Amino acid sequence: MDKIPINIDGKEVKVKPGKTLLEASKLAGVKIPTLCYHELLKPFGACRLCMVEIEDSSGGRKLVASCVHPVIEPVKVLTRSLQVDLIRKVVLELMMTNAPDSPKIQELAKEYGAVRGRFETKSTFCVHCGLCVRYCEEVKGKNAIGFVERGMRKEISFVPEIALKECLNCKECFPLCPTSYLQTSFVLTQSLNLRF
Amino acid sequence: MEIQKIKSPGELEELRKKIISARDSLKPCITLCSGTACNAARSALVAEAISKELEKQGLKEKVDFRRTGCHGFCEKGPVIVIFPEGICYLKVKPDDVPEMIRTTFVEKKILKRLLYKDPVTGEQIVHEADIPFYKYQKRLVFGLNTKIDPLSIEDYIAVGGYMALSKALFKMKPEEIIEEVKRSGLRGRGGAGFPTGRKWEATRKAEGNPKYVVVNCDEGDPGAYMDRSLMEGNPFQVLEGLVIGAFSIGARYGYIYVREEYPLAVDNVTHAISEASRLGFLGENILGSGFDFDVHVHRGAGAFVCGEETALLRCLEGKAGEPVPRPPYPSVRGLWGKPTNINNVETWANVPLIIRDGAESFASIGTDNSKGTKIFSLVGKVNNTGLVEVPMGITLRDVVFKIGGGIPKGKKFKAVQTGGPSGGCIPERYLDMPVDFEELGSVGSMMGSGGMIVLDEETCMVDFARYFLSFLSDESCGKCTPCREGVGQMLGILTRITMGKGREDDIEKLEELARVVATASLCALGRTAPNPVLSTLQYFRDEYTAHIKEKRCPAGVCKSLIAFYIDPAKCGGCMLCVKKCPAGAIIGERKKAHRIVQEKCTKCGTCLDVCPEKFGAVIKVSGKREIEDIISGVSKEAGVNI
Repeated sequence: MDKIPINIDGKEVKVKPGKTLLEASKLAGVKIPTLCYHELLKPFGACRLCMVEIEDSSGGRKLVASCVHPVIEPVKVLTRSLQVDLIRKVVLELMMTNAPDSPKIQELAKEYGAVRGRFETKSTFCVHCGLCVRYCEEVKGKNAIGFVERGMRKEISFVPEIALKECLNCKECFPLCPTSYLQTSFVLTQSLNLRF
Repeated sequence: MEIQKIKSPGELEELRKKIISARDSLKPCITLCSGTACNAARSALVAEAISKELEKQGLKEKVDFRRTGCHGFCEKGPVIVIFPEGICYLKVKPDDVPEMIRTTFVEKKILKRLLYKDPVTGEQIVHEADIPFYKYQKRLVFGLNTKIDPLSIEDYIAVGGYMALSKALFKMKPEEIIEEVKRSGLRGRGGAGFPTGRKWEATRKAEGNPKYVVVNCDEGDPGAYMDRSLMEGNPFQVLEGLVIGAFSIGARYGYIYVREEYPLAVDNVTHAISEASRLGFLGENILGSGFDFDVHVHRGAGAFVCGEETALLRCLEGKAGEPVPRPPYPSVRGLWGKPTNINNVETWANVPLIIRDGAESFASIGTDNSKGTKIFSLVGKVNNTGLVEVPMGITLRDVVFKIGGGIPKGKKFKAVQTGGPSGGCIPERYLDMPVDFEELGSVGSMMGSGGMIVLDEETCMVDFARYFLSFLSDESCGKCTPCREGVGQMLGILTRITMGKGREDDIEKLEELARVVATASLCALGRTAPNPVLSTLQYFRDEYTAHIKEKRCPAGVCKSLIAFYIDPAKCGGCMLCVKKCPAGAIIGERKKAHRIVQEKCTKCGTCLDVCPEKFGAVIKVSGKREIEDIISGVSKEAGVNI
């Protein structure tokens, strides 16, 4: 299939159909902030930091998550706009209600003017990027960690029976975690072992 | 009647004639609503009584009895309609049955005490069609519910069932069917209102095999039960629409996703599938046309978000019900990566009507961009609650006042909330607005799947918005940040405001969060979740400011902001409130003024309700200043400290 021309912040690139806008932006050398994205994993589209504004040939504008939005037609992409910046600022402020001390989030917060403590803080440190869960499933094929519950009660949780067998010699997900919650959760799971 | 598998359109018409000729259209028939609401009102016991009484009075051969699906007038259930005259008896209890049968069929009179009585004029109405609740409706899709037993495929064939299927399979090409649906202007009844014909066309054109069609019966809106009642009352029509759609799209398999919480719908549709398969309306070589199509029922474990099409498909695949980003749309990559067409129950049920009567007939009803009828579940502070089917373009005023019979207890109308939990509140000034997809959107609400909640002056709009956000945050799947965290923060702010702890910058924060949640969320649940807040902020902003600045709840609902007092000058000392107070918070003696101990008061309002009208001594106040004023005023008059 023919490559499709995409204009990202004024830079023209030609992209294979089906590639994502985030991949296209890399070709164009334009940086888009991400958190739940990882090259080895299927795009998840959950953190919403990579939202960009696109304009199609008929002038219709919309906001899409660049990590999952496929290139299907020529579009103009704006990686910074008033609305995009507002989304990133508020999303970061919301993440800081869980993980105010994460270096990665702090760095982005500085760039987008996100203020710590604007919203009520919560007692979990997880930002639900799912990197650990997806890495364990997609790369390791172990499923030692998963999501439990839903909505505001959603959490990551190790499956003790698998984790105690597989994780001690692996721990490859540890450096992926943008906060320190994963490690904490594992320590908690390990402590279960003592009780068994 | 023993029926063999039908192998051609001719055989179907022969069977129809045979069924109809075996029936006497003038023979009286009692139809009893046995939908979920009437069942809850002991419709099953009424049914038992009717069978017994017909036997006892020797009328078994002379009077037919049919248990049907929901008639819609749930407020007055159990509902009975006696054909051919259409005599309507309401709120029928098992004990009423002997007299009802004797009067109606032996004495040939009307049992007046079971008739509908106009709440204003007191006039009694005999016939179903003359009752205002039904008179202003247009029951195209829902109407058959009153005429068929949902367990009898013969009943469905007798009223013209499968005529559309036979026409579609033998007289139309798949492309022509899609063209017909496109021309009819039918739009999805599940919420977003996407043109149905275009969706079908996209799935037909998509590459991949096999293709799937899905019925979305995961109706999760609190207070909405349109799809449930259709599925319970007339599953055949939904299935007929589905087969027509499958044929035009080129789908080999279909799924019906129905909530586990709808046991009657599950039973009735499962039964309908086995009946339709037995007669050759499903399975291999349908009606001898060479078209094969099978359908399975999938019971959903119950989550609001699973009504979102991509989440629903993941559930069918056996995964957790979380939405996935679109595009690719299900029409291109849906169930197990194959082209899939999902439509809502009501959408599918409209299809046989369009094919049978033609696109023009369907498109003659409604407005420019919204055609046909829509079923609404009319609930809340309205006299006649129930399911109503109205032509698109009817005004909200007609729905609420003509069909709904206005607001109970002479209270004032405040707003109507349409579109389910993520819809918006529409104030009185827009009551004359026609009901259609674009119009509802233009005032900050939406059609949604058809919830319609009427609110009266005693509804606090901040509390109302808080209720829906608590529902939505609970039902959020938790995958994307704006919905999981943003809706949760909005709920936190609203809760604080209703507790009298609102801050000056809360409204600004709510608006900022709303803007982000509405534009950055992954699926429609998140993107529409701010609607209850945005629409109430738009039309009832003064209530927000009253809560935040004056610590006052204008509707007198938010418990942290109200107080009850007994005016000693008016109190007759009757002891009624003292006895009825569930918290034991009222002290007093006979013939002496009573007093509420504020520390003990739970603000339930019982004292206000029971205080005799001649005294009217209990006062409800709200607002920091008002409460202080009344304390000092009351204590001055009474010369006591409160």
